[in-house]
Amino acid sequence: MDRLISPKNSQKIMKTIFWGSGILTILLLLLIIGYVLYNGLPVINLTFLFSDPIDSGRAGGIFPMIVSTFYVTFVAVVVAAPLGIGGAVYLAEYAGESKLVKLIRFGSETLASIPSIVFGLFGYAFFVIYLGFGFSVLSGGVTLALMALPTILRTAEVSIEAVPKSYSEGSMAIGATKWQTIYEVILPAAVPGIITGIILGMARAMEETAAILYTVGAALTVPVSIFDPARPLPLHLYTLATEGISMPNAYGTAAVLVILILIITIVTNTLLDRYTKKMMGR
Amino acid sequence: MPYRIEVQDLNVYFGESHILNDINININKNKVTSLIGPSGCGKSTFLRTLNRMNDTISTFKKKGSVLLDSQEIYEAKVDVVELRKRVGMVFQKPNPFPKSIFDNVAYGLKIHGLKDKEVLAKKVEESLKAAALWDEVKDKLEMSAMGLSGGQQQRLCIARTIAVEPEVILMDEPCSALDPISTTKIEDLIHKLKHDYTIIIVTHNMQQATRVSKYTAFFLNGEIVESGLTDKLFIEPEDKRTEDYITGRFG
Repeated sequence: MDRLISPKNSQKIMKTIFWGSGILTILLLLLIIGYVLYNGLPVINLTFLFSDPIDSGRAGGIFPMIVSTFYVTFVAVVVAAPLGIGGAVYLAEYAGESKLVKLIRFGSETLASIPSIVFGLFGYAFFVIYLGFGFSVLSGGVTLALMALPTILRTAEVSIEAVPKSYSEGSMAIGATKWQTIYEVILPAAVPGIITGIILGMARAMEETAAILYTVGAALTVPVSIFDPARPLPLHLYTLATEGISMPNAYGTAAVLVILILIITIVTNTLLDRYTKKMMGR
Repeated sequence: MPYRIEVQDLNVYFGESHILNDINININKNKVTSLIGPSGCGKSTFLRTLNRMNDTISTFKKKGSVLLDSQEIYEAKVDVVELRKRVGMVFQKPNPFPKSIFDNVAYGLKIHGLKDKEVLAKKVEESLKAAALWDEVKDKLEMSAMGLSGGQQQRLCIARTIAVEPEVILMDEPCSALDPISTTKIEDLIHKLKHDYTIIIVTHNMQQATRVSKYTAFFLNGEIVESGLTDKLFIEPEDKRTEDYITGRFG
């Protein structure tokens, strides 16, 4: 029988297509990071990193923005991580398959697909105005927590469910309670996945602009109290670029943000790798 | 001598399906009892009824009684946690926790409230010695148990079980995932352990049943067809079905 393309050739063609898509993805990533670094790195020096901005950011540095980023992200993780992990433990270990569970899952997935500007508006209406948190680290942090929550919840749930059932059977058979089993056996085994989820959620919070636009304020000084206004890096970048204040400094800010996220990702990946190796005896 | 376990008119259901039908059997103290029979005949379900592991399955229902030291284990006042401490279990596939060798054995002791580090270390050593694993692991107690071979993992699981000093050890085909040499080691271990523990072992290997056990029960379609002394059951079975099974005519 005559075929247009022989199986051998179709295999070759498909392999090339898949290989090509893989390479293209990596190239695009490198291109974006490279572009930001190429334009941003020349601006970065110790003064840029460790001094206050002068004249709305036309000169000076971005120290308050770096602090703001960590501060707001910290608040977001402190709020979202316990909620997310708690919810995941409930869904994976206690809930079974009830209507409530389906509702929680549906809610969490919907939450994940809401545009971030909507989170921003909600945060403004609810945290800033209604609860009276004002434009502050707290308002921005909890708004970001809402955004990071679905990521953390879902990733943690999946990694808890991926822990082999034989572990919990072994633990129960020795007379451990359900909670002892969860705390001593299941959670430690799920830690790598849970941390990955937290880091993903955290990166999302760190990079977010729209959600903090209406919640965190626009201070150019280092926030001290949780009720102080702040200006995380993405927001500063947004302001510098859209208001035409300083493109070089906007690139510098972007480069710092990208580098921070790269460092966090690489460090946690290395630590998790080490943890997994130790746990699994490899 | 009173029996360690007495099972009377036990019926087990998972939802609509009737898994065990009128089971009556007495298990002797500090002896090994084998449960044999083809796959799906209810041996494992029966085993898991004895430490109430079936309780975790929502459709599980049972009738009849199971007495441990003349005490009903399905009474409302019985603490399942305490029961499982007294009736340990070793699974078909070795299932050590992804923790260090030491922590695997110490786990049961810790969750039952033992904190003293010296006592812990002593008990861990004793348990590993009793499970014939100490010499192989004494220099690497802090290493992950996941790095051990399958046979070592299974002996570790036995050590983990005996660390909490149970009276009964249930073994659900403990050698089915192991090579012949590891299997021999586990069987030797069973011979050693029977002096201190009542052992009930599910096995598909009839030679294993004759090698390790004093008593044997033959399960078929959720019923016990025949039970008694292993020697008698294998040499002159009373029931035609037992004879067919042990001579390899089916199963």
